[in-house]
Amino acid sequence: MDLGNLIRNYGEAVAMILFGIGFSNLLLQKNLIKKIIGLNIMDTATYLFLAMKGYIDGRKAPVVVDGVQSVEAYVNPIPSGLVLTGIVVSVSVTALMLSLTIRLYRRYHTLDLDEITTLQNSLPPESEEDNRGASGEASQRTER
Amino acid sequence: MDFIRNFPFFSIILSLFSGPLSSILGGKWAKRVNGAVIGLCGVMSVAVLWYVCRTGEAYVYTMGHFPAPWGNEIRAGILEALMAVFFCAIMLLCMLGGEREREAEIEASRQNLYYIMVDLLLCSLLALIYTNDLFTAYVFVEINTISACGLIMIRRSGRTVEAAARYMIMSLLGSGLLLLGLCFLYDLTGHLLMSNIRESVQVLAAEGMYERPLLVAICLMCVGLAIKSALFPFHNWLPDAYGYSTVSSAAILSSLVSKGYIFLLVKIFCRVIGFDVFSGSKVIHVLFVFGIAGMIMGSVDAIRESDIRRMIAYSSVAQIGYIYMGFGLGTMEGVIASIYHVICHAATKSLLFVAASGITDASGGSRYFKDLNGAGRRNRLAGVAFTVGALSMVGVPMFAGFISKLFFSQAAVGHEIKMLPTLIALAISTVLNAVYFMRTVIRIYSPVKITASEEKPAKQEDGREKTSRMPENYREITMRQQPAKAVAMILFILLNILLGLNSEPLIGLIQRGLGMFS
Repeated sequence: MDLGNLIRNYGEAVAMILFGIGFSNLLLQKNLIKKIIGLNIMDTATYLFLAMKGYIDGRKAPVVVDGVQSVEAYVNPIPSGLVLTGIVVSVSVTALMLSLTIRLYRRYHTLDLDEITTLQNSLPPESEEDNRGASGEASQRTER
Repeated sequence: MDFIRNFPFFSIILSLFSGPLSSILGGKWAKRVNGAVIGLCGVMSVAVLWYVCRTGEAYVYTMGHFPAPWGNEIRAGILEALMAVFFCAIMLLCMLGGEREREAEIEASRQNLYYIMVDLLLCSLLALIYTNDLFTAYVFVEINTISACGLIMIRRSGRTVEAAARYMIMSLLGSGLLLLGLCFLYDLTGHLLMSNIRESVQVLAAEGMYERPLLVAICLMCVGLAIKSALFPFHNWLPDAYGYSTVSSAAILSSLVSKGYIFLLVKIFCRVIGFDVFSGSKVIHVLFVFGIAGMIMGSVDAIRESDIRRMIAYSSVAQIGYIYMGFGLGTMEGVIASIYHVICHAATKSLLFVAASGITDASGGSRYFKDLNGAGRRNRLAGVAFTVGALSMVGVPMFAGFISKLFFSQAAVGHEIKMLPTLIALAISTVLNAVYFMRTVIRIYSPVKITASEEKPAKQEDGREKTSRMPENYREITMRQQPAKAVAMILFILLNILLGLNSEPLIGLIQRGLGMFS
């Protein structure tokens, strides 16, 4: 095992540690908001990893200025493109998760997913669905 | 004739744009657009299938005519086109079979949202099938997840929102791992197009370079997709998501969404990493063990379930286990058997969900076994359909499930170490399947016990136990009352019997398609 490599690639090492932190938060936390924070840490760690991989020491961002067109002058632009796409995906997923959290909170007044499950299972069957009655009526209506 | 080469792209873009279009349409028109789009995509996929069968080789469609290492590509071969045809056909039948429930369970003002989700789901499935670019595949995996989540939570109740949240969390864990795996692979090879990655990986493997990072990348992608397609230890979200959503959602989720990820995994094995490198790695043993565990544990969970929808959902866990066991065998025969099982399970599981909804309809809406007595007599077609589905899942000759079990055992025979575990697991799993499916079939054909349910009407020490409904709730349902569902069930039954009696052409196509992969 060569520790020198680990130190030289410290960015990637940090990215992996952050990924682990985010992953375990998303998996193990009970609180939905903490889960979402974990999701964001995990995604950001991946972007850090990509950005580190695309960076080449001593080169500039791949925007042509002053007419310098040599490939040697710029870093790899593709990882940056991937990071941008990834950010878009992660924003939309986060928004969806937050809206789900709001709906769950309005219904159960808690953010704890396990507590929500217990509440759900302890509800009497009649009040379990507020729209079950409505759906029953609707099905009768369609039959008529 | 070369015009047909555009069709994969057309079908993706058509379903993509029909989503936003549906957002400004009313529910009725959105439904018509949705049906037309699925049908049209199916027809175009048939044309692509015919074209690639005739030319005998896969073709690559460059998006925007940028050449290979820079541009984005679509690739269509026999297997891709075959999958697209099947996915479109099954999706159409699922939508048809759950039409009545959708209209009853979703408010009229939100109907069109459902069709947006289905359009986007179709788009992402087609893109996953056809794309030749790994990062595009990742983006469409996320679109698939989001629209599947929409399908679960469209029915407003606490259970579906909770199920959707659990589904999203597990899916996001999976896609995080998949993304990291892709980044590793990009880092090792410097490419994102599948064919280019494959060349580099072959070179790396031949020279023995980067052995461990490559293994890590394979592991990450396998685990990510396994979580998303609910392989055994990651299946906790599945019963709630399939059990409480509306019928067509449950059928589409079980038969198409998880299968899209599995097909992506097949593409990663065969087209990205290369089958030799993949079967030489130790990952297949892990997949094999978890597949076998899933086959048995899924069935055990299903036996303990008292709700017919959740029972069918748990049975999916067992069937996903079969598919991963086929991959784990590490031979081409195993993969062929798995792909056949993907198709057969898609046809059977959606039939079971639709038939189960017909059975519960005839029992006053209750989904608990104790209320289902005699439902097969009250709704004859649903009873027959459920029986066909159950026989197929158990693996009785003449039905689709038998053929895939036959191919799994044939693939296992001759394998030095894995033969015995596979055959034993197949036998145990078949017995367990028979226990819970035949129990249900006997239940829906046994006479109603009126006195028992009248004497003790409400037994409610457990909150989840429903009030036992009076037999007055039971009603006869004939085919005329639910024509759409009847047509869907009849077509599903025919499809099952066709798959069971006439499997050689399909197997031939799968073999040729896999040959085109490498």
